Amino acid sequence: MVEPILEVSGLVKHYPLTQGVLFKKQVGAVKAVDGVDFALNRGETLGIVGESGCGKSTVAKMLVNLERPTQGLIKYKGEDIGKLSAKALKSVRRNIQMVFQDPYTSLNPRMTVGDIIGEPYEIHPEVAPKGDRRKKVQELLDVVGLNPEYINRYPHQFSGGQRQRIGIARGLALRPEVIVADEPVSALDVSVQAQVINLMASLQSDFELSYVFIAHDLSIVRHISDRVGVMYLGRIVEIGRDREIYDHPTHPYTQALLSAVPVPDPEAREHRERIILAGDVPSPTNIPSGCRFRTRCWKARERCALEVPLLAVPAEFRMTSGPAAHDSACHFAEEKTVVPPEGEGNGPG
Amino acid sequence: MLLDVRDLQVEFRTRDGVAKAVNGVNYSVDAGETLAVLGESGSGKSVTAQAVMGILDMPPGRITGGEVLFQGRDLLKLKEEERRRIRGAEMAMIFQDALSSLNPVLSVGDQLGEMFVVHRGMSRKDARTRAIELMDRVRIPAAKARVKDYPHQFSGGMRQRIMIAMALALEPALIIADEPTTALDVTVQAQVMDLLAELQREYNMGLILITHDLGVVADVADKIAVMYAGRIVESAPVHDIYKAPAHPYTRGLLDSIPRLDQKGQELYAIKGLPPNLMHIPPGCAFNPRCPMAQDVCRTDEPPLYEVDQVRGSACHFWRECLNG
Repeated sequence: MVEPILEVSGLVKHYPLTQGVLFKKQVGAVKAVDGVDFALNRGETLGIVGESGCGKSTVAKMLVNLERPTQGLIKYKGEDIGKLSAKALKSVRRNIQMVFQDPYTSLNPRMTVGDIIGEPYEIHPEVAPKGDRRKKVQELLDVVGLNPEYINRYPHQFSGGQRQRIGIARGLALRPEVIVADEPVSALDVSVQAQVINLMASLQSDFELSYVFIAHDLSIVRHISDRVGVMYLGRIVEIGRDREIYDHPTHPYTQALLSAVPVPDPEAREHRERIILAGDVPSPTNIPSGCRFRTRCWKARERCALEVPLLAVPAEFRMTSGPAAHDSACHFAEEKTVVPPEGEGNGPG
Repeated sequence: MLLDVRDLQVEFRTRDGVAKAVNGVNYSVDAGETLAVLGESGSGKSVTAQAVMGILDMPPGRITGGEVLFQGRDLLKLKEEERRRIRGAEMAMIFQDALSSLNPVLSVGDQLGEMFVVHRGMSRKDARTRAIELMDRVRIPAAKARVKDYPHQFSGGMRQRIMIAMALALEPALIIADEPTTALDVTVQAQVMDLLAELQREYNMGLILITHDLGVVADVADKIAVMYAGRIVESAPVHDIYKAPAHPYTRGLLDSIPRLDQKGQELYAIKGLPPNLMHIPPGCAFNPRCPMAQDVCRTDEPPLYEVDQVRGSACHFWRECLNG
């Protein structure tokens, strides 16, 4: 098997909660990420979905080294980036770039577009010598579908979708191999979302990029991803190829999440089964024992409070090679189709 | 007819010029009916609602024409004091962001009870009892214990329930919900929409649901009005519009959303951007982005053509669009 470009194992991030001013003592921890494993293969898109507070953005920050993990390894091409020298780390960071959610706050309003996109070259001058930079920036603007003559404009002169294109151009400037995109389209209008998603898909094939695509919108994640991981309270509860997750989910949380997504087809509303979860997500400072989803799960039994379910192919599917045989962290995993199979809805298009 | 908005026009005077936010909007809602107003940011969907509620910031906003008939009376002709009596008691609004719409320094019980004290002249003690009943009604667990809590002590979904309770307090005939679930997670969104739909049936209220989410609309609406650049470009019963849109903008919107049940190759994308409201293109406002545009679209503004008795489309070529 080919070595994955990025591999994460046992990733944990706890933020300590302290009490007292002079003599701080730790009274607990916000367990934002609490044991995450996954691998990203070259040229593939791994989608990570989850609700707010599930730790998906913290994972993104650790991948680009904006946060240091409390525990666990992040391997880039087989090398643990936590053990690299400063110099080696710098070159790894060049190869893993990030696109942020909010195109309004992630661009400095006092810098021109040319300076914003060209700034990565200040830190990594080996990529583009000084005299060459302006031309490079103009090429990038062209690649993301903006007029190269806009190089001297400021962010406020652009719409939200155009700003997100600027953010993508900045992410591409150093010719990275991996792009971590954290909710890249959630701040955009529907018609503009489609433009940006299409752009990201075409850049992926042009530049041979691998994506970690983080979002809360399950439909968008399905559209762009080859594999999908579902997160709940700091852990991945189910991961597999997009068909396996969307058409053959085995974890009750994934099933509830999928059934809650409104489908733009009024015909579907009568014969769609909806699983409405009770209550809210528990606080990450006080994670339930055993299975962390059990407090909201309709299938929970005694075993779920005692034993932490591992992320693995459930025993009952291990012998089969069907689409239900993928990793799912549930003691009572069973297949359930919640999304109407393709082609049944009679929407337009 | 419970609410009948006729040819409503709103503009904003700014330093840079006049922005025409609403340009002749017509829509109506009956008791027990749900109208979804669909549009992207800047389409005028929220401004229309604010003008109906009478909470538009004036200035810079200005209502330059039209009528808002509520139970037969034109609200725009009423004095501010009369409107205030209607607001809250007969029509109420639910906002997108519950945290910033609730007062952070008053307990939720006080805020809910205020409705009864101000509009019904109840004593504080009676108002508190009613507040607890309402919190029970919107299924907030342990309402009696939580009535003294402050908004920040509730989760996002619970806060939105409090907003719903507040809107329902005086049993209004009409509720306007402006993106009520946009800030919520999907699983919580489903809980809140279900609750809203159930209460609507129970009280037989008219509901105007303002949203950009075509999925939410398909789940709850009876009819839809699609807005673009301050006008309604298509209005139709919900089943018709998803089956065969009669306006290229509606078609573009439906084609551009990724679907959970389908994995496509490339998404259809409407080219370009929504127009600047200070410089709305002549003719049909959608013409620069429209794949079907002809010369006539650049010169003549299309009226809302009658597609059938219950359907309208503001496109010169609605027949061609309807037939794909």
